[in-house]
Amino acid sequence: MIDPIFLLEAVINGILLGGVLALLALGLNLIFGVIDIVWIAYVDLVALCMYAVYFLVTLYGWPLPLAGVASIGVGALLGLAVHQLIITPILASPPINQLLATGGLLFFVQSCATLLWSTDHRSVRVTLPTIEVGGIFISFTRLIAFALSILAMIGLYFFLTRTYTGTAIRAVSQDREAIALMGARPQRLYLVTSAVGGAMAGIAGALLIIQYAVHPYFGGAFGPLTFMVCVLGGLGNMVGAFFAAFIMAQIISVGGVLVSTEMGYVIAFVVFIVLMFVRPGGIFARRA
Amino acid sequence: MTGRLATWALGLVVLAAIPAMPLGRAQEYIWHVIIQIFLWSFIGNAWSLMGRFGLVSLGHGAFLGVGAYGTVLLWNFFHVTPWLGVLASIALTVALALIVAYPCSRFQVVGHYFGLVTLAVGEVIRLLIVAERDWTGGSLGVSLATGAGASGLWTLQFADKRVFYYVGMAAWLFGLWVWWRVDRSMARAAMEAIGEDETAAASVGIHVTRFKMGITALSAGLTALGGTLLALYLAYANPDTLSGIGVSLRIVFAVVLGGMYVLLGPSVGTALTIALSEYLRIYFGIKLIGIAETIYGLALILFIIFLPAGIWGSLADAWRRRRAAPARTAPA
Repeated sequence: MIDPIFLLEAVINGILLGGVLALLALGLNLIFGVIDIVWIAYVDLVALCMYAVYFLVTLYGWPLPLAGVASIGVGALLGLAVHQLIITPILASPPINQLLATGGLLFFVQSCATLLWSTDHRSVRVTLPTIEVGGIFISFTRLIAFALSILAMIGLYFFLTRTYTGTAIRAVSQDREAIALMGARPQRLYLVTSAVGGAMAGIAGALLIIQYAVHPYFGGAFGPLTFMVCVLGGLGNMVGAFFAAFIMAQIISVGGVLVSTEMGYVIAFVVFIVLMFVRPGGIFARRA
Repeated sequence: MTGRLATWALGLVVLAAIPAMPLGRAQEYIWHVIIQIFLWSFIGNAWSLMGRFGLVSLGHGAFLGVGAYGTVLLWNFFHVTPWLGVLASIALTVALALIVAYPCSRFQVVGHYFGLVTLAVGEVIRLLIVAERDWTGGSLGVSLATGAGASGLWTLQFADKRVFYYVGMAAWLFGLWVWWRVDRSMARAAMEAIGEDETAAASVGIHVTRFKMGITALSAGLTALGGTLLALYLAYANPDTLSGIGVSLRIVFAVVLGGMYVLLGPSVGTALTIALSEYLRIYFGIKLIGIAETIYGLALILFIIFLPAGIWGSLADAWRRRRAAPARTAPA
């Protein structure tokens, strides 16, 4: 029998992991929902932002918060570049070609990182105390990252609902033909979306580098999970993805403690596969 | 047509004669590279059976893994000869493929969604192999326990690489034959119709689920055979080289590079990628790890943008157009 305290700790760690997944899913989901393209290399872009923060801090001695802000800029630029160089030429291609092109980007980013920075695991060490509540240990760094990622999500929510551009972006995701008739330019909105999605990757990168070590295959570790979160929540459905992130994270974390780390992931993936059959539109989809 | 047959015959004779050629000290290595090309081309071919009809699977690593590990573990733990082990693991793989494909087809999981479901399946198999480390050796992989220098028909282990050269070549030709048969069958027309529009296909009386299941079973079974042959050839199986996302994407990449709509497309793509990575490995050694994949990734992006039909697909198109052009102007 497993000590209930371990179980409780697993649940709390699951919530913190859920915050990470929700943050990762946010930018991807925005792009998914608006441009209707799967950036299979999205988490690899996050890894690039993590590298950016790492090098800015360790090599150039920037203070961490400043490097984090720079990472947002790096992310936005990466998002713009990916959209302009890769996505724009194949906007009209079959979806699967778009998937494969970003798959090529995944190969490129991962191996380029190996080539340039080797397979070393790199992290920015932030030594903050661990909080102990009734025998349960919670990492303070993770708590801060969690709080900031919730803030970032609220920020994106307000951007999408309270600003003119945000409203236009939501309109594109609802009907891409109608928006052109309304006098807005979808191409420009796509660019803005890609930049915002990239900036979200930058934020995620800055918050992840203080919890995890970055290495070239970081994207491979979190990428598939991030997709599954987006799909489970319903593509383009931000609120759905938010809850899906916490569900998946709980399965992984609690399953990991009850069985084994790998089996936690196996259970999560199997749940994903089964849910895809039962509720193809995502867990919160209304049945038509 | 006779010219075409003659070209094929000549090509096959040359390929069959390579093991007899005096290639100096590098001959073992050259055979090794060609065997790899045969086996991975076979696997790419199997993938393209589904891929060309819009069933783009990102989880063929799962089928490779089950096939390879099935055979190796049956031998290691129960001393089941690979002759039977192959059949058992193909049956197991086909069962797995059908378990996934049936609901996919019933609930119309297509496009991106099909890709993501198969991706998850590939990860599940890889993680299971890693998790069951008492059996499978975890991420360190597992060797075929035949004892040092074992050789013989019973275990399908041969000290002489040339035996496997012909095994690989036979498998490759078998894969091409299957592709050709499918290409000329009624199933092709049906599958193309399904790929275009499932509802319309069903409305003209095509049994969508049956055709999809059939092509999936065929593709998965062949992939499992390929995985088994790879494991037998190397006498070793590893979760990262035979399962998971990396392998699955690599198969897809080679096929897209060569062209998935033409007979030799997957083979050309595989030969090019393996030749490129071997060349870079020899040329740079371990100095520039990752350079081959960097070039792959870049090439994949450029191909999807500029040459979506693949190298061989585009060449075949151009050739056909050149032959067709005079015929069109002649009868005046």
